[in-house]
This record gives sequence, structure tokens and C-alpha cells, in this order.
Amino acid sequence: MSIFRLRFFLPIAIFALTVAILFSGLWRDPQLLPSALVGKPAPAFDLAAVDLPKDLARPGVASADLKGKASIVNFFASWCIPCKAEHPLLLRLKESGVAPIYGIDYKDKPEDAVRWLTELGNPYDRLGADRDGRVAIDWGVYGVPETFVVDGSGRILFRQTGPLSSRDLEEKILPLLKGAKP
Amino acid sequence: MRLRLAVCLALSLFCAALPGAAFAVDPDEMLSDPALEARAREISKQLRCLVCQNQSIDDSQADLARDLRILVRERLKAGDSDKQVVDYVVARYGDFVLLKPPVNEQTLGLWFGPLALAVVGFAGIALYFARRRKAAPAELSDAERKRVEELLKSDSP
Repeated sequence: MSIFRLRFFLPIAIFALTVAILFSGLWRDPQLLPSALVGKPAPAFDLAAVDLPKDLARPGVASADLKGKASIVNFFASWCIPCKAEHPLLLRLKESGVAPIYGIDYKDKPEDAVRWLTELGNPYDRLGADRDGRVAIDWGVYGVPETFVVDGSGRILFRQTGPLSSRDLEEKILPLLKGAKP
Repeated sequence: MRLRLAVCLALSLFCAALPGAAFAVDPDEMLSDPALEARAREISKQLRCLVCQNQSIDDSQADLARDLRILVRERLKAGDSDKQVVDYVVARYGDFVLLKPPVNEQTLGLWFGPLALAVVGFAGIALYFARRRKAAPAELSDAERKRVEELLKSDSP
């Protein structure tokens, strides 16, 4: 009798398992890519400052600046629409003063960057211009905006592709920064 | 009739010419050394464009794909081997950038899962037939044998 039961229930069990696996796949984002650099030291770079009017001007940013204190590195561009969506969050973060925010202006014309930051405000403590996008490639960036959390030793703790939401900020980035503080 | 044939011919010629029109590699990206350029093309075909994700950087017209194509050519010109160039890109973008996933503990299921399923399936079929053969029909009882003999003997009309 038991063999009959097994024969009867095994196909149902296999079917149920398959449905469960496929069903859970419906909520996974296929665009979300695994990150190669999380847990590794941030790549070496040295970017010149964006030429901004005096009140907005910030020094350029280099990998040496990432050492000593946990920080946020944000890749953005003036031509990028989701960047505009996350910009108020960066300004809020800047006001809270939790961590320095380093901006990397990706493939942008200086005059466009000036207009963007004049209009929307400058949340960055340092700001480098990645004109040819090479630094972005070294960071494994494949689209703007992308945001990284780097600890005080210059190691990448977290990477967010796409715009930040206040939920990302509160649930992922802020706890990481608190934990990473020396 | 002849007109229709001409139209068909023109259309098929147009379609045959299309893939050439969708060529992604710009002439100004190409290397002057044909051997090096051929290697660059081969490498580019293995690398995924991270913007469009199901195209190689050789096929894609995305800006990032173009940047990566140029990068591949720069590395080759600097004297890197094919493997060094691929490793350089993988170090930045991870294994996902390879269109053909490497065999490692994360991809074991992907590489050997179908084979394992096939083995399990064939084992099941083999087991089924082995069991069926083993379950030979029961011997006839004496009474049954007698009855069979009677039936065989009797001249059925």
C-alpha cells in the first residue's frame, strides 16, 4: 500500500515544488546584477574637480579621500533622470552629516553639471568629473545613478544600482554607516 | 506574375542586407592590425553588454558597450593576452559579464542540473522495465492446468 501512496504523492510533490520555485521567481528582479566589488577595496582613482562657481565649488576626489572615515560615493549625471529623483535624499543625507558624500559626475559636460547643481543644490563634499567614464568602469558601474558605501579602510560595503529611495537609505545605508564607524 | 517575383526578390535582398546595417562596431574603433582586431572581435563576442544584458558588447550599440569595446582594444594593444583582457573586465563586472558562465560552485546546478535530471529520468525508466520483467506471471495451479488441457483437447466448433 505504501508504494501506491508514494506513486500517488510523488508527482504531486514534484509538481508543487516546481510551482513554488517558479512562483518565487516572479518576484525576483532579473535586472538586478550581482556585484563583483562588494567586500573588496575601492579601485584606485584620482578625479579633477568639476569647475563650479565659488559657492558650489568642491575639491576633486581620489581614492585616498576614501580612507579614514566611512563615506558614500555617488555616481550621477545631469542627463540622468532617476538621478534627479534621488537628489533630494542626498541633500537630506548631507544635512544630517552622517558621512561625507563624494560625487562622481559621469560623462557630463561641465556647464551641464554647473546648471544641475545650481538648480538642485550640491550635496557633495567632494566632486570629481569622470569625463570618459573610465573610473565608472573600474567601479563596475553600468548605469547612473549608482551609490556605494565605503568603510573607513576604503573597502566597498554596499552597492546600489539605480536611484536611492528613502527606504534604501533608512534600511540599508544608514545602518551600514553606523556599523562601519570606527 | 513577373512583377510579384521582382518584388519578392527585392524584399529578400533588402532583408539580407539588414544585419549589415545593424553593425555595432564603428570603423573608428577598429584597430589597424587585423590580427589584433580579430582577437578583439572574438573577445567582444564573449562579453555581455550590461545595459542590454542579452547582447554581447560586439552587438550592442549602448554607450557602455562602446566604451568596453575600446577598453578591450586598449588592453590588447598594451600586450595583454585574451585571458588577461577577459579577467580585467570580469574583475570589474563579475562573472555575469561572461555570456558563457564559468563552471564554479555557483553554476554547478546550471551546468550539470539537466544532465542529473536526465540520469534520474533514465534510471526511473530502467527501474520500471526491470520491475516489469521480474514480475513474471504466477505459475498455474493444478486445477488451472487441468482446465487448460481440457480446453486444448476439446474440438471447439
